[in-house]
Amino acid sequence: MDAVALARWQFAATSVYHYFFVPLTLGLSVLVAIMQTMYVRTGDDQYKRMTKFWGKLFLINFAMGVVTGIVMEFQFGMNWSQYSRFVGDIFGAPLAIEALLAFFLEATFLGVWIFGWDTLPKKIHLASIWLAAIGANLSALWILIANSFMQQPTGYVLRNGRAEMVDFGALLTNPNVWVQFPHVITAGVATAGFFVLGVCAWHLLRGTHADFFRKSASIAALYAAVGSLGVGAVGHLQAQHMIRNQPMKIAAAEALWNTENPASFSLFTIADEAERRDVFSIRIPRALSLLAYNRMDGEVRGVNQLQAEAEAKYGPGNYVPPVAVTYWSFRIMVGAGGLMLLLALLSVLLVQMGRLHTTPLLLRVLAPAIALPYIANSAGWIMAEIGRQPWIVNGLMKTSDAVSPNVTVGMLAITLVLFVVVYGVLMGADIYLLRKYATAGPAPDAPTQPMSVY
Amino acid sequence: MDLNTLWFVLIAVLFIGFFFLEGFDYGVGILLPVLGKTDGERRGIINTIGPFWDANETWMVTAGGAMFAAFPGWYATLFSGFYLALALMLVGLILRGVGFEFRSKDPRPGWRNLWDVCIFVGSFVPALLWGVAFGNIVKGVPIDGSMNYTGGFFNLLNPYALVCGLAGLALFTLHGALFLIIKGDHDIAGRARTLTKKLGPVAMLLLAGTFALSFKATDLFARNASIAMIVAVVGGVALLAAGLLSGQKRDGVAFAMTGVTIACSVVSIFAGLFPRVMISSTNPEWNLTITNASSSHYTLTIMSVVALMFVPVVLAYQIWTYWVFRQRVTAPTSEKPA
Repeated sequence: MDAVALARWQFAATSVYHYFFVPLTLGLSVLVAIMQTMYVRTGDDQYKRMTKFWGKLFLINFAMGVVTGIVMEFQFGMNWSQYSRFVGDIFGAPLAIEALLAFFLEATFLGVWIFGWDTLPKKIHLASIWLAAIGANLSALWILIANSFMQQPTGYVLRNGRAEMVDFGALLTNPNVWVQFPHVITAGVATAGFFVLGVCAWHLLRGTHADFFRKSASIAALYAAVGSLGVGAVGHLQAQHMIRNQPMKIAAAEALWNTENPASFSLFTIADEAERRDVFSIRIPRALSLLAYNRMDGEVRGVNQLQAEAEAKYGPGNYVPPVAVTYWSFRIMVGAGGLMLLLALLSVLLVQMGRLHTTPLLLRVLAPAIALPYIANSAGWIMAEIGRQPWIVNGLMKTSDAVSPNVTVGMLAITLVLFVVVYGVLMGADIYLLRKYATAGPAPDAPTQPMSVY
Repeated sequence: MDLNTLWFVLIAVLFIGFFFLEGFDYGVGILLPVLGKTDGERRGIINTIGPFWDANETWMVTAGGAMFAAFPGWYATLFSGFYLALALMLVGLILRGVGFEFRSKDPRPGWRNLWDVCIFVGSFVPALLWGVAFGNIVKGVPIDGSMNYTGGFFNLLNPYALVCGLAGLALFTLHGALFLIIKGDHDIAGRARTLTKKLGPVAMLLLAGTFALSFKATDLFARNASIAMIVAVVGGVALLAAGLLSGQKRDGVAFAMTGVTIACSVVSIFAGLFPRVMISSTNPEWNLTITNASSSHYTLTIMSVVALMFVPVVLAYQIWTYWVFRQRVTAPTSEKPA
């Protein structure tokens, strides 16, 4: 394997791993803050126990997100120094602002929250979890401002052999940010909703702490439904944005080899990627045009035409991303999302009827359904990043030109193995702990000592 | 002062903040197995930095981000050049961060010992490597005409850089011991006090050695001689004062004095470097400077506005947290998961 491939594998491994923990942090921080708000408002100790129980699971997950995030920040310089030199004038700013505005807020006030249960007045303690939750979600905004530049470069000029920022406002108002950010935030809400709902289902099946988990489930079902509906709706807008801005990504995600008008939607395609043709395909006529433009016709450009356009613009080369990976990751994401929506709405309905805890069939499905948002989250990022290839910055810089020229295959291989092994072991430990505390259920009464102290 | 200079100064300030704050929590992590005899004592030691360590580490993340934003050339050359050293540091930081959170979550001694080892290693390795890294930065490393580091990993492990690394390690450990005298349980504080009597001279010796070797190995004191030299001497005096004050049980001031030593070391390094950010030992023409490694004027302007608006806010709430958790941490007698 060459250096580019190894550097890509390392980035893929570390970012998928990092993103395994991030959405739960985003969604659960807000959910725990909501629970604590209810406690402070009503004085009901049940809400305090909920805050502590779900808060503990939140913290076990949170630590992994933090430490894997530091690797991401270092990695741009370590493995992708040419990229860092080329876009540093633009890309570095949101990263630095993320640290200053978001990470400090999150890290500082989470420390205050963990250790401040007895030290602080109730309302100030409540404010600390809200500030930590805002910090977490704000960090998603800034990193997505950076990522959006890679998807849809704006506010720059090519000068001095690099991309230089000329309009900071354009970076912030990049239309890609405002479909991607809500998509990520609502995905976090859905992830947290399904996580809490799944743990509740496990306990409701066994009848342990029934009251506690019924109450938790009623909140989580609503949260999961809001998240699933939101992520689907925003995802639709995002796809419509992508058809205009990154048509090649959509063409690959649809395995649409040639331009069609009206365009059909692929339900299931087995393709010969090298020959760019279908071996077997079931397609719904006009459906892609409908999804793209909300009407029954409209042109959606295909891989062959886009490749020809790209060659005319950028010179000879292959401008087609790996179609199979893009196609299937898109379908896995949408499929998982559809199942989530179904399960979440069903759960809300049964909660309303007061029958969720007496419907073992659904409860048995909800526990393993914790995996669904995780699958969708990973598949979504794989589609977003693989579908942009061969570009690292869409239309401006190719991934193959972005790696550090002085980092050898051996160094990359060593660090790849190192990170994969360390991450693998830690993920095992993390899942062990999450399982252990999730299945143990809440502490018998509200303990007053700082929660992560013992 | 132009913006390039302002950002050079700001990055120095971020490193001062980082080494001052994370310095003592590295020290506390290193002293964990040395001073904590029982599981409860070790928990008590960790709790002295419990509310702070994550925010302290954010200073490093911010320094890295600021370097990327203001001097992308510096960030790219440094991070791709010091590759394996940084990878080791990352593994250390990962194990440490996870260790703080995981250790308490299972009562089995084997589990706790495992994470205690991780906290120790994860504090020791970065505490050592930061000194090695800055030793190499001031000494100069092979860099070619396209700003790429051309040396290998073992190039970084030269005697001068290793002495710098040991000096940093000793200083952070001493800083951590003084912190534990203030914040730790009485038994822990007592043991930390005994230890500082030995640690102090070791740190003094290593820093004096670094200072002496720097005349030969670097041009730190040849260029902006007056500033770098005066500051380095002030740092040394502060360290002596820390030892004396600690002996008189004026612990708060003693802790502040090691802080002054840390700050002076950073200032001395940055003053000696200025206006360079990376020195090429291959050809002085290929040095990275605050001009040729920097972002555009526009980006620096944006970043300056953001920094001037938000750095004071961040400082204010971080100081507030130290005030909230100003009490001495008592070691728990029993260990049970809550």
